[in-house]
Amino acid sequence: MDYIIEARNLRKEFGSIIAVDDISFNVPGGECFGILGPNGAGKTSTVRMIYGFSPLTGGSLRVFGRDITRSLREIKSRIGACQQENSLDPDLTVEQNLMVFSRYFDMPKKMAAEKTEKQLKFIALDHRRDAMVTELSGGMMRRLVIARALINDPELLILDEPTTGLDPQSRHQVWERLERLKASGLSILLTTHYMDEAARLCDRLIIVDHGHILVEGKPLDLIKKHVGRNIIEVADPGKALTDYVQSHFQTYEVLEHRLIIYDEESDALFHTISTQFCEEGCVLRPATLEDVFLKLTGRDLRE
Amino acid sequence: MSALSSPRISRRFIRVWQRNFTVYQKTWKISFIPPMLEPLFYLLAFGYGLSAFIEEIPYGGNNVPYINFIAPALLAVTIMYNAFFENTYASFVRMYHQKTFDAMLATPLFLEEIIAGEIVWGATKSLLSTALMMVIISLFGLISYPQGLLILPLAFLGGIAFGSVGMFFTGITPNIETFNLPIFLFITPMFLFSGTFFPLDNLPAWAQIISTILPLTHLVTLTRSLCFGFIDVSLLWPVIFLLIFCLIFFPLAIAKMKGRLVK
Repeated sequence: MDYIIEARNLRKEFGSIIAVDDISFNVPGGECFGILGPNGAGKTSTVRMIYGFSPLTGGSLRVFGRDITRSLREIKSRIGACQQENSLDPDLTVEQNLMVFSRYFDMPKKMAAEKTEKQLKFIALDHRRDAMVTELSGGMMRRLVIARALINDPELLILDEPTTGLDPQSRHQVWERLERLKASGLSILLTTHYMDEAARLCDRLIIVDHGHILVEGKPLDLIKKHVGRNIIEVADPGKALTDYVQSHFQTYEVLEHRLIIYDEESDALFHTISTQFCEEGCVLRPATLEDVFLKLTGRDLRE
Repeated sequence: MSALSSPRISRRFIRVWQRNFTVYQKTWKISFIPPMLEPLFYLLAFGYGLSAFIEEIPYGGNNVPYINFIAPALLAVTIMYNAFFENTYASFVRMYHQKTFDAMLATPLFLEEIIAGEIVWGATKSLLSTALMMVIISLFGLISYPQGLLILPLAFLGGIAFGSVGMFFTGITPNIETFNLPIFLFITPMFLFSGTFFPLDNLPAWAQIISTILPLTHLVTLTRSLCFGFIDVSLLWPVIFLLIFCLIFFPLAIAKMKGRLVK
């Protein structure tokens, strides 16, 4: 099988801090692959090595079948990367941002003008071409960052938290465009800590924490395997219910004001709980990727 | 030297230069004003105000009018200021606040090319400002031609020297305010003690020795000789000094910026 990305024991250290601790994964062409994890899990460090921003501390990395240490320039020229921090050029207009960026890829002027036109249409900013980027809304800026990453017609698009800080309308605008790119066959590597984003866009994903891969798989398979189909959540459970659950079941979490039960026979159990223990504050809902994520990475704050 | 001969600097550095030139084209009308007005202010203040007391000053075995003595120094100071300020404050803003270098690093460009492009741009600003200033100074008949035309390539060389040292400070400065330190300890003393406004012979021996290791001293020697139309082999030494200065600080600037930006 031809892989777009082959990472073997990939490692990144900053002094005594190990950001990425010997992780291995493969991404086949045409896939949208997600890297999920809490803050500081090593997501950004991992993708930065792939788009050639950071050198590896250890391990090996092949992109488009080529070793990144030997073919860095070629690999960089075939990737489009959206960095987490806004790096649009505030000294330039929307159109100039794309034109100037295309020159970094050594593109001839005529071709650059064509690609710029195509991308301005794609992100629906052709009417704001002469605006300075500082005049744009957050959502428009993010769309422009994506357009800029697409200016070289990349074979791999890397997105580091593409919708962090956007309002719901802007997020959906971004998602809709990423889905169009995915449908066109573009390989995408995405980091996020929004589970709905990962569930919607990713064909396959890994959840990382403290530089390690915790699980790897398709979103639905991971949900089925780690938390089951449905989840029962009870707000402020009484002692009677907590005792009942503790004596009858294996998989549950007792939080300060909340009880979460993962169980195969959730329909029958929900009936029992709702009729015998509580009438309100008790819900049966489909399990999500967020349940998997919280179960695996824990509920402690990451700051 | 290793950074200069490194294959990681290709002709692509010109793309970084072009980015700065595109921005410059939007503001050239404002950028053109200082190099045209500054010599007028200085020539008025020193040339006319001060020359009532200092009519002539010894230079090259003769006495020359004071205004002829300081006009070439103004050119040398402009070369120094333009490249140094471009590659300190302006480069720092692009690097730290605008994340321009981070964006470039996600393209086929290498960091070495980004820094080379920035330094060559700083030297280009020295060249542009010097050319504009020469137009004004020439109106007063203070530059001998055709020898004076050699000041243009000299402005570029001096720009590389001062841009490289500026970029070196950008590589090590913790924040933008700390640029005050090299300006106060390096740039301002040079402005005053490099044979700019009075001959070095007036300084005590130890100060003369110090001034010979300052790059502006050599730049002033060269601009002054060329303005007076003197060219001989003795000018090779200050040219060689500036070349060596570039060969030390250009790779050093790249090394420090790599240490700062490659994460």
